[in-house]
Amino acid sequence: MIEITDLSVQFGGVRSLDEVTLTFPGGNCGLIGPNGAGKTTLFNVMSGFVTPVAGRIRIDDVDLLDIADYRRARWGVRRTFQTVQTIESLTVYENVRTVHEHAAEGSRAERQDSVDDVLAFVGLSDVRDKVVRTLSQRDRRFIEVARAIVGEPKVVLLDEPAAGLPEEETDHLAQIIRSVPERTGATVILVDHDMSLVQACCDWTAVLDFGRLVAAGPTADVLHDERVLAAYVGDEEA
Amino acid sequence: MVGRVFSHRAFQPTIAAGLMVFALFAMPSIFDATWIFNFTQMAIYSMVAASVGMLYGRVGLVSLGQVAPYGIGAWVTIRLAFATDIPYPILLAIGGGVAAIIGLLIGLPALRVSGLYLALVTLMLAVGVEVILFRLKFANGGPGFNGLALTMSDRAPVPRPAFAEGDIAYFRFVVIVACVIFMLAVAFLASKPGRAWASVHQSEPSALASGISVTRYKLMAFGLAAFMAGVAGGLYGAHVQWSIGVDQFNRQAALFLIAVVLMGGIGSLWGALLAAFFATILLPFLTQNVIGHQFWNDFALTIFGIGLMINLIQTTRAMDKKGLLE
Repeated sequence: MIEITDLSVQFGGVRSLDEVTLTFPGGNCGLIGPNGAGKTTLFNVMSGFVTPVAGRIRIDDVDLLDIADYRRARWGVRRTFQTVQTIESLTVYENVRTVHEHAAEGSRAERQDSVDDVLAFVGLSDVRDKVVRTLSQRDRRFIEVARAIVGEPKVVLLDEPAAGLPEEETDHLAQIIRSVPERTGATVILVDHDMSLVQACCDWTAVLDFGRLVAAGPTADVLHDERVLAAYVGDEEA
Repeated sequence: MVGRVFSHRAFQPTIAAGLMVFALFAMPSIFDATWIFNFTQMAIYSMVAASVGMLYGRVGLVSLGQVAPYGIGAWVTIRLAFATDIPYPILLAIGGGVAAIIGLLIGLPALRVSGLYLALVTLMLAVGVEVILFRLKFANGGPGFNGLALTMSDRAPVPRPAFAEGDIAYFRFVVIVACVIFMLAVAFLASKPGRAWASVHQSEPSALASGISVTRYKLMAFGLAAFMAGVAGGLYGAHVQWSIGVDQFNRQAALFLIAVVLMGGIGSLWGALLAAFFATILLPFLTQNVIGHQFWNDFALTIFGIGLMINLIQTTRAMDKKGLLE
């Protein structure tokens, strides 16, 4: 369970998150909203890239904001990025291993097994020893997911992981995302503009708009909430 | 520059070993004393070039200050060589160690600045070290802290190790040390720090999200690079032996170093060898053996400058294509 309380982020005159109070119950959770709603800002706060002006985030009774930025991955907060940020000069195996050796425990042998398991899980075993710069954008997306789930993460933040993927690959990605909580015990928070992916993966969803929480609850209910529809298509009265 | 990352992959051990065997056993019988002297300088310079290439190509840190640990390593090793009987390999390690400490100090501003600002800060630090070295001067057999001889007749050459007093033996010693330093670099690049550096170079946010302490690994890179340059400095003193000045360690040398390293290529350790070849073999060859006039020395330097400009233009275009100039 991830408890966010009165979280506010300010960039100059812009309030990117405005007193957001929200509890992610665990499992696969969606986080949706129009562009500029504050979804990635929330991820950046959780990753330690952005310091909020107020509020707190508690995970398993630990205040996340008290943990140094680079220690959060080791503590269990992992993520992907909207723009793929794999290490181009390293192999697929080394990319995933880099995260494991800095953010997870284990001997050399355990590390190799763990990394190989994850690569098999996301379907990258065939390209294990290929240098990433030689691979497709599709492979890079799955490498990012593998990097986020290797070891024993507590929270996996997926920031538009399906961006640029064809439909059949999105289905494959959905299968992987659905399996992550069961495989790792982690809470997954999925940000994506593809509502079918969010519906396919997430039992519970929160909606942000202009830095404020609009709705939260079971995905099916939230997606039919009038306030959510208004946030996406615009409020006719406004 | 993200696509061009300093890698150990192209540095195949068999080719490197073959080259070392050629250098140790074939080159002394092929080349005369003058060229052996130049190739000794090339082996020394390749270590400094590798340190710059590693910082820039692998970690993305543009340091113009690598001549500083090079000079500090030279000063410390020369002074201790005159004052003590410590075996030469240990002297080199001490010189490299002291240079590494200075390298860490140079690395501290790197935690706050990057790109052009880092280049300027490191250049200023190099200028500071140049001024200090100019005031201290390099020991030449005299007493006191500086080790400066009071009269011309008291001056002595920087001692070489007993097992490598001749030019050819010293050349072989330098080649072996250079190989050890290159192997050290490969060992780092192929292990946990090397992967962390590649991650930092690619994207600092991504590195942080992977649990990598960007600060710690940047400092480690500066420390290792300074150690490599410091060891090279220690070898330089006993290579030249007489009348060592700050010419190799001044601001012009700093800019020349980054120019030839970019010309050689920052994609692999071979680029460092190529950079050293440009600086210590090609230039003397052009000026002494082919063209034979000081004017052409300046001309060759101009060619290096043009090459650097082309490199920078290509780099800028590559960055623009990747949208990194916004």
